Amino acid sequence: MNDPKYTGQEFKVVGTRVKRPDGLDKVTGRARYGADMSAPGQLVGLMLRSPHAHARIKKIDASKAEKLAGVKAVITSADLPDLTGGNSGLYDTLENCMARDRALYDGHAVAGVAAIDRTTAKKALKLIKVTYEKLPHVTDVDEALNDDAPIVQPRYAQDGRHGNLINKGEFGHGDIDKGFAEADVIVERSYKTGQTHQGYIEPHACLASVSPDGTGELWVTTQGHFAYRNNCAQLLGMDIAKLKVTSSEIGGGFGGKTHVWMEPIALALSRKANRPVKMVMSREEVFKASGPTCSTSMDIKIGAKKDGTIVAARAECRYMNGAFPGMWGTLGGMTAFACYNIANNKAIGVNVLCNRPKVAAYRAPSAPMMAFGVESTIDQLAKELGTDPVELRLKNVAKEGTLAPYGPVWGPIGIEPTLEAVRDHPHMRAKLGKNQGRGVACGFWFNIGGQTCSDLNIGPDGTVNLTVGTIDVGGARASLALIAAEELGIAYEDVRTNIGDTSSLGHNDTTEGSRGTFSSGMATIFAARKAIDVLKERAAKMWQIPVEAVTWEDGSAHAVGNEHDNLSPLTLKDIAKKAGNTGGPIAGHHEATADGAGVSFASHIVDVEVDPETGKTTILRYTVVQDAGKAIHPDYVEGQFQGAAAQGIGWALNEEYIYGEDGRLQNGAFLDYRMPVCSDLPSIDTKILEIPNPSHPYGIRGVGETSIVPPLGAIGNAVSNAVGVRMYEVPMSPPRILKALDDASA
Amino acid sequence: MAGVHVTTTINNDPVEYVCPADESLLDVLRDNLGLTGVKEGCGTGDCGACSVTLDGQLVCACLVLGAEAEGRTITTVEGMADGEKLHPLQEQFINNAALQCGICTPGFLIAAKALLDENLSPTETEIRYALAGNLCRCTGYDKIVKAVQAAAKDLRKQNKKKK
Amino acid sequence: MEVSLSGSVRDAVGGLASVEVEAETIRELLTRLIDRYPKLEHHPEEGIAVAIDGTIYRDSWETPIPEGSEVFLLPRIVGG
Repeated sequence: MNDPKYTGQEFKVVGTRVKRPDGLDKVTGRARYGADMSAPGQLVGLMLRSPHAHARIKKIDASKAEKLAGVKAVITSADLPDLTGGNSGLYDTLENCMARDRALYDGHAVAGVAAIDRTTAKKALKLIKVTYEKLPHVTDVDEALNDDAPIVQPRYAQDGRHGNLINKGEFGHGDIDKGFAEADVIVERSYKTGQTHQGYIEPHACLASVSPDGTGELWVTTQGHFAYRNNCAQLLGMDIAKLKVTSSEIGGGFGGKTHVWMEPIALALSRKANRPVKMVMSREEVFKASGPTCSTSMDIKIGAKKDGTIVAARAECRYMNGAFPGMWGTLGGMTAFACYNIANNKAIGVNVLCNRPKVAAYRAPSAPMMAFGVESTIDQLAKELGTDPVELRLKNVAKEGTLAPYGPVWGPIGIEPTLEAVRDHPHMRAKLGKNQGRGVACGFWFNIGGQTCSDLNIGPDGTVNLTVGTIDVGGARASLALIAAEELGIAYEDVRTNIGDTSSLGHNDTTEGSRGTFSSGMATIFAARKAIDVLKERAAKMWQIPVEAVTWEDGSAHAVGNEHDNLSPLTLKDIAKKAGNTGGPIAGHHEATADGAGVSFASHIVDVEVDPETGKTTILRYTVVQDAGKAIHPDYVEGQFQGAAAQGIGWALNEEYIYGEDGRLQNGAFLDYRMPVCSDLPSIDTKILEIPNPSHPYGIRGVGETSIVPPLGAIGNAVSNAVGVRMYEVPMSPPRILKALDDASA
Repeated sequence: MAGVHVTTTINNDPVEYVCPADESLLDVLRDNLGLTGVKEGCGTGDCGACSVTLDGQLVCACLVLGAEAEGRTITTVEGMADGEKLHPLQEQFINNAALQCGICTPGFLIAAKALLDENLSPTETEIRYALAGNLCRCTGYDKIVKAVQAAAKDLRKQNKKKK
Repeated sequence: MEVSLSGSVRDAVGGLASVEVEAETIRELLTRLIDRYPKLEHHPEEGIAVAIDGTIYRDSWETPIPEGSEVFLLPRIVGG
C-alpha cells in the first residue's frame, strides 16, 4: 500500500490498525452525544422560526406565552443587546441566532421559549404573536445579481457594485488574454451546482446552564468548543473563563458544527429562567436553519495548444452565501486550478447574498463546485484535442516547483502520483457495458493548522492520559494515542486520549480544515518529547548520575558510558512508580500555533450506468486515490476517503435544496433531501499514497476533506462517456439527465 | 393529557411506564427510561438511527407510540451484549472500523441483527438492501458492510459449534 | 522585498498585485503594510495568511522572512 518511493520514516505503532478507544461505548449505546445529557431541573427549549423568506418583524407579542403555566422564559432579540463592539462577523452571528428587525430566510429564529416540558413549550410557541410585513425575496444566486433584485443586507451594500455582491476574490498569474490568443483549442462552458447540506445524522443539541453569578456550563455537540465558548460569552456579555464548554461525542459535523446556531439562545434562556435548558433541533430545523453549503453558478474557459499544453484558463464562480457574507467565493477562487500548471490563469470567486440560511463550511468548502466546472471542461477539452483525459491532466499537472494559482510555489505535492496511480490502476482497464461510462477527476484542498495545545500526564502505574482540545469525529483519539505511544516507546493500550473541556486546556482552534490529527498530532509529539526530558531527569536522579548520561529508547531510560555499565534500563513504568520521590507528577505540555499544514490532492475513478428510460445513474465502481502525507491509522484514513467520496456522490446525483416561488424550502427532510443509502453505493475502493508533509515531524497532511472534491466532475465525465450527454448542472438527477437525453435526440 | 399505563419487556427486563397517549416510543425510551443509545436523527422514520426491534421486527422507534409497546418485547442496542460478551456484530463493527462518529451505529447494529437473525448467509446486495433504511454520513457504508459480513461468518461458526 | 497580494487584500491596496516592503518577520510585514495602507487595518483580525516560500502561516507572526524568499499575502483559509 505504501509506496516506499515516498516514505522515509520507520514507525513502530504508527500506521497500525488498532481498535479505537471509544469503540466500545459507541457499539453499546453508552457514548453520550449532544442530546444524551440531562441536568437536574432542566427545561425544554424550543425556537419559533420565520415562515417567510424575507419579512420585516413589526411586533412580537409574547405576553400570552409568558403567562402560560410551565413557561419559564421567552427570549426575543430585545433580550439580546448588541455587545459585538463593531465586529461585523460577530454581529452576523448574533443576527443569525435570532432575527432582529427582519427575518432573512425561511426558518430564521425569531423567538425562543423554555418550559417545563416539550408539550408546554410547543403550546407557548403557538401563543407568540409575530406581526410580519412580507418583503420581496431572492433565493437564486444569478437572480440575486439582477438589477431589480431585493437587497438582502443593506448594511453590506457598497457604492459601485450590486447590493448583493459582497466581494470578489481574484487569483492567478500570467496574462490570460495573451494565453488564449496562443491557444489552438478553447472550450468555454457554464455550470451550476445545487445547495447541499452536510447531512450529519446528529441534529444540533445542547444543554445550557447559567447561574445568577455569571458562571455557566454548556454541553454541546460541536467541532470547536473553544470557539463556541468565545462566541457565546461575547454575545451574552459573560467572562470567557466563567463559561465552561464541554464537547459531547459528536454525531458528524463536516463543517456544519463550526458555528454557533441556537447555543447562545439556550444560554440566554437558562440565564433568564435560572434553570438548565436543553435544546435539540428537529431535522427540519437543521435543514432550514443550520449550515448548508453554497449553491453556485460559474463560467469556465480553458485553452490549449494542439500538443495538449494548457496555455490559459479562466474561471468565474458566483457563490451563494445565504443571508450573511462568508469567504466561500474566495476559497473557490484559490482552489480552481490548483491541480494544474497553467502559465496564464485567473480564477474569480464572487460572494453573493440571498434569502437562504447562513452558509457554513462543508468539507473542503467551495472546492467541489469549482472542480465540477474545471474537471468537466478539461474532459471536453481532451475530447476536442482527441487526447486521453488522464494523459491531458498528467501533461499539465502541478509539481514541486510549480507556481500555485493562489500564490506560493508548491513544495513536494501528490497530484502527479495520484494521477499516475489512477492511470495504472486495474480499474481503468475493466470492461464496460452498454450505457456505462468511466470518468476521472482531480481535487485539491489546503488543510490548515492553527492554535493547539495538548497535555500528556503519566500516571503512577506508567499509563498515560493524553488530553487534547480538538474533538474526535472519526477516530482521532486512536490516532493521537498511536502518536503518543510511538514517541514514548510504549504500547498503544497504555495511552488513553481524552478531549479536554474549555476549562482544562488553553485555547484550541476548531476542528476544521482536516487539522485535528495534523495539529494535535504535532502538539502530542512535542508534549511527549517534553515528558521524555522529564523522564530522563527522573531516571538520572534514581541512578544518581548526570542527566547528560541518560538516553531514551524503546520506552526506557538507558545510562550511557562505560562507568554506567552496571545500570540496567529503567522503563517508563519504573520511573513513573517513583515519581513522588523524584520531583512529583511527570507530564509534558505543548502549546503552539501549528502552521505548515500540507496541501492534499486526490484523483478519483468512477464507473456509472445510466438508465436511458428513467435517467437514473447507478454508481458501479468507485476508486479513490489520495495523498495522506502519513496515514497514522489507515482504517480511519480509508474511512475519510470513502465517506468524502460518498458525500460527493450524493451531491453529484441527488442532493439539493429546493426552494419554491414563495422562497420557502420544500424538502427539509431526509425523505426528500435524498442522501446516498447503503444500497445506492458500491464498495468504495481506496489507495493511500504517502508523500510526507515536510512541515510535520511525521509527515502528516490532513486527510478529511480532499476526496469530496473530485466526485462531481468525475461522475459528470462518466455520465458523458456513458450516454453521450454533458451535464452542466448538479445534481445530475434523473429528470435532468432525461431532459439532456431528450434534448440531444431532438 | 391522561397517561397510558404500559407493561412491556425491554432487553429481557420487565418494564412499566406511564406515557402520554401521543408520546413516541423513541421519546419514552430516551427520556423516560434513559435508554439514550437509541438515537434521534430525524423523527420521521427516514434515518433509522432509532432502530429497535418490536417482537423481533425491525422498526423506527420514532414511528411507534409508547402505548403500542404494551405486552410486546423490545430490543435496543443496550440489550445486544450478553454481560461482558459483545454480540459478534458489535465486535466486528469495532474491528472493521465500521463507525466514525458513531451516531448511526446503534441503529445499524439493530438493523443488521434483524437481518442476521433471519439470514446468516446474506449476499452483499442483501446486506446493502437490508441496511438501506439506515443513514450513515461518515463511512460511505463500505466498512459497515464488511463488518456485517465478518459477523455473519462468526455467527455461522458459533452455530456450527453448537450443533 | 516584493510581496504579492491576492483576493480582498488586493482590494484594500487599490488593486495592486504586489508591493515593496522591507520586513524581517511576518509581524513587521503586517505592521508596515497597515502603516502604508490603512484600509488593511482590520484584515489581520478578520483573517489573513502569509505564505513564505510555499508554506502558509496563519498565526505565527514571529516567523522570520528570509532574504530573497517569495512572500504572498492571502486570505485566511477555513475548512470543514
